[in-house]
Amino acid sequence: MSKKLLEKFVKKDYELGFETRVEAETAPQGLSEETIKFIWQKKQEPPFMLDWRLKAYRYWLTMKEPTWANLAYDPIDYQKIIYYSSPKKRPGSLQDIDPEIRKTYEKLGIPLKEQEVLSGVVAVDAIFDSVSVLTTYRKKLQELGIIFCSISEATKEYPDLVKKYLGSVVPYTDNFFATLNSAVFSDGSFVYVPKGVKCPIELSSYFRMNTPQAGQFERTLIVAEEGSYVSYIEGCSAPQRFEHQLHAAVVELIAKEDAQIRYATVQNWYPGDKKGKGGVFNFVTKRGMCAGDNSKISWTQLETGSAITWKYPSCILKGENSVGEFYSLAITSNYQQADTGTKMIHLGRNTKSRIVSKSVSAMNGNNSFRGLVKVVRNADNSQSFSRCDALLIGPKCGAHTFPHFEVYNNTSRVGHEASTSRIGKDIIFYLRQRGLSEEQAVALIVSGFTREVLEKLPFEFAAEAKKLLSVTLEGSVG
Amino acid sequence: MLTIKNLQVSTEGKEILKGVDLEIKAGQTHAIMGQNGSGKTTLAKIIAGQQEGFLVQGRISFLGKNLLQMEPEERAKAGIFMAFQSPIEIPGLALASFLTSSLNEISKSRGERPLDPMDFSDLAKEEAAFLGLKQEFLARGVNEGFSGGERKKNEIFQMRVLRPLLSILDEIDSGLDVDSLKKVAQAINESRTRENSFLIITHYQRILNYIKPDFVHVMVGGRIARSGGAELALEIEEKGYGHLS
Repeated sequence: MSKKLLEKFVKKDYELGFETRVEAETAPQGLSEETIKFIWQKKQEPPFMLDWRLKAYRYWLTMKEPTWANLAYDPIDYQKIIYYSSPKKRPGSLQDIDPEIRKTYEKLGIPLKEQEVLSGVVAVDAIFDSVSVLTTYRKKLQELGIIFCSISEATKEYPDLVKKYLGSVVPYTDNFFATLNSAVFSDGSFVYVPKGVKCPIELSSYFRMNTPQAGQFERTLIVAEEGSYVSYIEGCSAPQRFEHQLHAAVVELIAKEDAQIRYATVQNWYPGDKKGKGGVFNFVTKRGMCAGDNSKISWTQLETGSAITWKYPSCILKGENSVGEFYSLAITSNYQQADTGTKMIHLGRNTKSRIVSKSVSAMNGNNSFRGLVKVVRNADNSQSFSRCDALLIGPKCGAHTFPHFEVYNNTSRVGHEASTSRIGKDIIFYLRQRGLSEEQAVALIVSGFTREVLEKLPFEFAAEAKKLLSVTLEGSVG
Repeated sequence: MLTIKNLQVSTEGKEILKGVDLEIKAGQTHAIMGQNGSGKTTLAKIIAGQQEGFLVQGRISFLGKNLLQMEPEERAKAGIFMAFQSPIEIPGLALASFLTSSLNEISKSRGERPLDPMDFSDLAKEEAAFLGLKQEFLARGVNEGFSGGERKKNEIFQMRVLRPLLSILDEIDSGLDVDSLKKVAQAINESRTRENSFLIITHYQRILNYIKPDFVHVMVGGRIARSGGAELALEIEEKGYGHLS
């Protein structure tokens, strides 16, 4: 790999780093019971939510920030963060959305409009800092019995559902960041698909962080009743800033008997500059419960942004014959660090899981895969297969694999494969001897390496993801 | 087609090529024989453009162009192909998509239209079948899980698809069993025309039983010690390299 090419890597630009000028209403800096009451009041939530948030906050005060991840970063000062920020003007409908915010989403390529026909469209829940500014296709989906709205609206309009499922997969005591999220979460999406309904369009939410020093605490909850199906995708970006910004999210999925949930993430938070200054700290807890027999949950993630990624989308395979899948592609360049992976907990009989993790590291980027496969004593005939492949570009980056297996059942099968390859001089020369430039060579290798995961993204987003990949590795991917 | 004049190559102060002269005309097949360390592979690398770490003096012209100033991919587009002694594995990059990109780049520089995917697929399948490479190899990563012999066949397969003007075959015969050697030799012989040329680099005379060269050169200690016709290879086989040094 020539120096010139490596330098081009450094010069990659973050295209979504612009800021939106809009008047914001924010909570005072710092975290206290007052902050939590402020958020609760702003959101006009029912009383049970305040109890839940405060319980989480008091529990959080007893917890310590985890240090086991293979990540190095300066300590986070939780009293310097702004926990709530909302644009002052809130739209009542599609027509009266703030033009500045509309422009922002246009620039991001997110359509905030609706068409008459449902084929080939994507419904969007647009979240700007701490609030959902708009959810499209809400009414049309309602005709099918599907609820798709922001979690804030759900606490008011469907309190019974929220009360029943919120924290049922990720309890408020789960871990340091999930507990913090439970105390202060601002917005996210709520999806409820009734029995037997197949959601005909892709649902999505787009998270945008805008206000300086404001953290974003996304909370998403998806419930798929018996025999239903839903596919959901989450996208994210943030302005370029010199300070680090915190994003601590919790996502919970519940799939009942014969239900299927596909959840995809295209994460493109601001990664920091080429010297490692700024960038989003992304600490996320995502977990799905395959509660019913024959249910299926698949996670697909494309992680290209953030300075720090700490994220392990997991499945609890409780129902018999249930299936959990995890497809991940994490790309780190400059000084980005990612510690990501999954947990597959096999509780039911004949449960299956599949893990495919690919990482690409360039410059000083560092990627770690961390996985846990656990098969309990009664989970007869369960199967799990994992594969972790790492691709290194240049001499200074790193890839690490930390697989962990706990199998307490003799009739189950668990397999693991891992590989690491480096794009070295010999490979580049081989391809150049066949008429390809150095940039074309790297692009071909990366696209070949990442194909298996990109193919798992919903069709509507595959092209977008490819584009993102080429922006992220710009310079090497010509 | 290719003219090499007084080529001197050294690395880390050590002289490897000490003044090589060679002329290959269109339609000719040349064989370079020599022992390990005589400089054969270095000569191939310098022609193909793997010059990093080498100090190179002298001249190489290819179709009138100064080859030493061209990037490796420019040389490939000009019509130079090298079959590597130890072809490298590229996991995840499917052979078919790699070869499509390669062929498209080379066709573009020849001013030809890129082959449409169906035609490419037909061509690739036909050539793979001819060499006895399984079709499924096209969907696999380049050389991923290929045996030593399959990797060598894959080099000749790529040569057949790319149709270069000058093919440098660096020890294409090593690691091949008799049947595979015959197959590979047959594919090379069928590629020989009045327009294109071959430089066959080998340690043993064996492959020259199947491919009759127009000229044979023997390299000893970084120089061409002797040149002659096909009969020189038989003499080497009989008497060894020893009597030349």
